[in-house]
Amino acid sequence: MTPALLPHPSFAGFAGAFEFIFSKQESSVTGGKKVGGIEQVLELAWTQIEVSLLALAVALLIAVPLGLWFGHKGAGELVAVGLGNAGRAIPELALIAFVAAIIGVGIVPLTGALAVLGIPPILTNTFVGIRQVDRAAVDAARGVGMTELEIMRKVELPLAVPSIMTGVRGASVNIVATATIAPLVGVLTLGDFILGENVYGVNGVVAGAIVTAILALLFEFALAGVQRRLTSKGLRLQAQ
Amino acid sequence: MISGLPATPLAAVGEVGEGFFHERTGETLPCQARPSHLFCWDWATENIHRYGTPTVQQFELVIISVAIGFLVAFAFALLAHRYHLLQWPLLAGTGLLFAIPSVAFFLLLLPVTGRGRETAIIALSAYTLQIIYRNVMSGLANVPESAKDAARGMGLTERQILWKVELPLAVPEIIGGLRIATVSTVAIATLAVFAHAGGLGTQIYSEANLTFPTAIIIAGTIAIAMALVFDVVLLTVQRFSTPWRRAEAEATA
Repeated sequence: MTPALLPHPSFAGFAGAFEFIFSKQESSVTGGKKVGGIEQVLELAWTQIEVSLLALAVALLIAVPLGLWFGHKGAGELVAVGLGNAGRAIPELALIAFVAAIIGVGIVPLTGALAVLGIPPILTNTFVGIRQVDRAAVDAARGVGMTELEIMRKVELPLAVPSIMTGVRGASVNIVATATIAPLVGVLTLGDFILGENVYGVNGVVAGAIVTAILALLFEFALAGVQRRLTSKGLRLQAQ
Repeated sequence: MISGLPATPLAAVGEVGEGFFHERTGETLPCQARPSHLFCWDWATENIHRYGTPTVQQFELVIISVAIGFLVAFAFALLAHRYHLLQWPLLAGTGLLFAIPSVAFFLLLLPVTGRGRETAIIALSAYTLQIIYRNVMSGLANVPESAKDAARGMGLTERQILWKVELPLAVPEIIGGLRIATVSTVAIATLAVFAHAGGLGTQIYSEANLTFPTAIIIAGTIAIAMALVFDVVLLTVQRFSTPWRRAEAEATA
């Protein structure tokens, strides 16, 4: 059992953390090089945004077409739903450490690992969303002469948007959270502040936690906005 | 350079590099000498006992966090069921807590609760609120109006209807939420090492183990197995708590 560490004696609540965010400070281990400050905060935050968006894009590109296809065919329910359940059980820390130890460090292994976390919820929710589309609507589309591809693109996909976005938001929460421990794969995100107490001090750790939380909430708001824009007017009216 | 790596290992594994050596002879095991070796059975059989305490710690973190999360989320849901005005704020509030990365949450609490188990439990239970709250609410919303009407006709009060009709009918969805929350919490509790709260993460996040796949694979496998066991147990509870479903199935069979 590791002993519970008390807050550092020089630690003055959250004030020190905010000071760390806005102005550079001396660090005991970087040889006089200053750490912190808004520039470094924004740099690390930007890296975290980049890798999160990249991983989310990769996950979307793989999971949405698969979910759409299986949902349209009505096949593979066990796999699509089971994958979503199994995906939740993946321990993020073990996945990241495993990738670093086996594949190596860098942006590519990191993106792969994060995409692995993002695929299951998106795939499951896309599948479920497509399955829930009223069969009468699909039949009507077929009746007016749409091809199968058109049915998927113009009928099923728009009607499944709310469900797909639920999956995307779940994936995004996990991806942004796991991107916090990306320094273990050699990609410096805001987690570098959080994990690097010996370099940044307690103020840096708490500063990292504050900025990471803000970043995650911004992601959540942004995706909520995207969801509203992508949902067709008809569905929005129906929901009211 | 990865400045994020611990200068002093946070984990309780002990001295740096301890995990690399043969316990009795002090020599490096042959399969450990090759970093490309995916899994070192010799090391695994000799060191499996190291995982006992972390496994118990992780189990306790999950049980306590989900129990607290359930009680709070359930109370929230009952409040929102009674006072509809609270529905949206509670959904939004728990949604915000859900979105905050656990690692950040742990260390946001550093100035307040310091490091340790309490810190981890607060963050982990906050994470479960949204999942459980949502499922209780949708379970209650899906109770057929006819069942409530029948109960009203029999002279039940609103409180009796809630506890004797609505909640029992919502049990499958409530336990469904509990399953999602528990499985996710098992996975996330691995990160409790960053709150110095122990758990299986201690066997991953240490200088010796971060570059040693065998140690990571064992810890990850135990975490996944634990999630699976929780899921199966809750699924069984779900089955037994809805006897009418089985009766229906038998009647139609």
